[in-house]
Amino acid sequence: MGAGHAHPLHLPGTSPVHRMPAEVKIVAAVLLVVCVVATPREAFPVFGGFLLLLGAVWVAAGIPPGWIARRAVIELPFVVLAVLLPFTGEAPTVVWLGVTLSEPGLLGAWNILVKGTLGVLTSLTLAATTPMRELLHGMARLHAPTLVVTIATLMLRYVDVIVAEAGRMRVARISRGHDPRFLWQVGATARGVGALFLRSYERGERVHLAMLSRGWTGRMPQLQPGRTSAAQWLVGLSPVAAGVALAVTGWVLT
Amino acid sequence: MVVAMHMSDGLVNIPTALAFAVVAVIGLGFAVTRARRDLDDRTAPMAGLVTAFVFAVQMINFPILPGASGHLLGGALVAILVGPWVGSLCITIVLVVQALLFADGGLTALGTNITNMALVGVFTGYAVAVAMRGLARRSRGGLLATAFVAAFVNTVVASLAFVVEYALGGSGGAALGTVFALMVGLHALIGLGEGLITAATVGAVASVRPDLVHLLRPTRAALDSRDPS
Repeated sequence: MGAGHAHPLHLPGTSPVHRMPAEVKIVAAVLLVVCVVATPREAFPVFGGFLLLLGAVWVAAGIPPGWIARRAVIELPFVVLAVLLPFTGEAPTVVWLGVTLSEPGLLGAWNILVKGTLGVLTSLTLAATTPMRELLHGMARLHAPTLVVTIATLMLRYVDVIVAEAGRMRVARISRGHDPRFLWQVGATARGVGALFLRSYERGERVHLAMLSRGWTGRMPQLQPGRTSAAQWLVGLSPVAAGVALAVTGWVLT
Repeated sequence: MVVAMHMSDGLVNIPTALAFAVVAVIGLGFAVTRARRDLDDRTAPMAGLVTAFVFAVQMINFPILPGASGHLLGGALVAILVGPWVGSLCITIVLVVQALLFADGGLTALGTNITNMALVGVFTGYAVAVAMRGLARRSRGGLLATAFVAAFVNTVVASLAFVVEYALGGSGGAALGTVFALMVGLHALIGLGEGLITAATVGAVASVRPDLVHLLRPTRAALDSRDPS
C-alpha cells in the first residue's frame, strides 16, 4: 500500500519527456488538446498530422504505441453518443450498405470520435510520463490554490488505502455468497459504502491528530523549490507550436 | 459496458469549453473559501480522506440495463454527508485527478465536467435534500426517501446541464430533442441506481454516526432556540 504511490497509467522512464517539469507538460497537454478541438472537423488530413505529432512525442518518451493503444480503450464509454448520431441526425442522408445514415450526423460522430481519441491519447501521454508527486508539484507551481493541492496530495496518499479497503469489503461479501445481478440487490454493497465512508472519515480524524502531533500548521511545507527555466518551457511547448500550425492549416484548408 | 458521465474532448467547441472553465474556476474559488469555514484546520486531512472515499466509490459499478452499467457519481451522497461546499470541492478534485492521471474525461472538457457534476449536481442534490429536511429529520424512512430523491434529481439535472452545453456549443449532427431524450432517459435509469445506493449508504451512516450526516445537523436557528445563552 505504501509502496511508491505509482498510478496505473504511469510508465516509468528517464527520457527527456519524463524529466520535463510537470507544469510544462500540463500546460502543453491542455494547449495541444485545445488546438485539436479548435481544428475544423472537415480538415481530415490535419488530424493525421496531430497523430504523427503525438507519435513523435511517444518516440521521444520511449512509449511503445501498443502500450498507449491498449489503454486508449478507456475512451469507449464516452463515444456512445457518437455511435448514435449517424442514425438519428437530420437530412441530407446517404445510403451506405443499405443503411440510411445522416450526413451531418456522420460528421458530428467523426468530430467527437477523432477529437475524443486525440484528447485521450494526449492525456495518456501526460499520465504515462508524469509520476503523481511531480503532477502535484506541477499543480502547485501553476498556482492552483494551496488548499486544493494539499487536499489532492492527501487524497492521493490515501486513495490506495481506501480502494484496498473497498476491495477487502467486496471480497468479504463475495466469500459470504453475495452475487448482485440486479439493482434491488445492491443493499449489501450500499451498506458497505456507508461503512467505507465512516472508516474514511474516522481515518481522516486520526490522520488529522497524527499530523497535529507532528507539527501540522495547516500548510504543506514546500519540498521542492526548484524553478523551471525559460529553456525548459520553450522545449516543452514546442509540440504546441506544431499543434497551432496544424490547426491554422486546418482553417486555411476548409 | 460502463456508461460514464465524464465528457470527452470534442463534444463541445472551444468557446463553450472556455466559458464553463471560467464558471468552474469561480465555483471552485467559492467552494474553497466556504469549505475552510466548514472544516477549519481539519480541512485538508478530512477533505482529502472524503475525496479518496469518493474516488473509491466511483469505481463501484451497478447494472442499469442488460449489458450496460453505470458508476456511482456520489454528488448527492457527499452533499448530504459533508455539505455542499466540501462536497463540491471533493468532486472537483476527483475530476481533476481523473483527467490528469487517469485520462478519464477530456482536458478541455474539465470545465464542463466540473460544472455538471461538482457544481450543478452537488448543489441540486443539496437543494433537494434541504427542501426535504423536515421529512428527513422525522424518520429513518424520510431520510432514505430524501437521499433517494436528491440523488435521482442530482443525476438527471447534471445530465440536463450537459444538454444545455451541447445546445450552446455542441459538435452538432443530432437534433437537440434526440440528445435530450437519450441523455435524460439514460440518466433517469442511472439515477435510480444512484438513488438506491445513496439512500442505503446515508441510512447506514445515520444509524451508526448520525452526528456525521451534515444534513441532519441542527441549523443555527434550532441551536439558538435550545440554548438560551
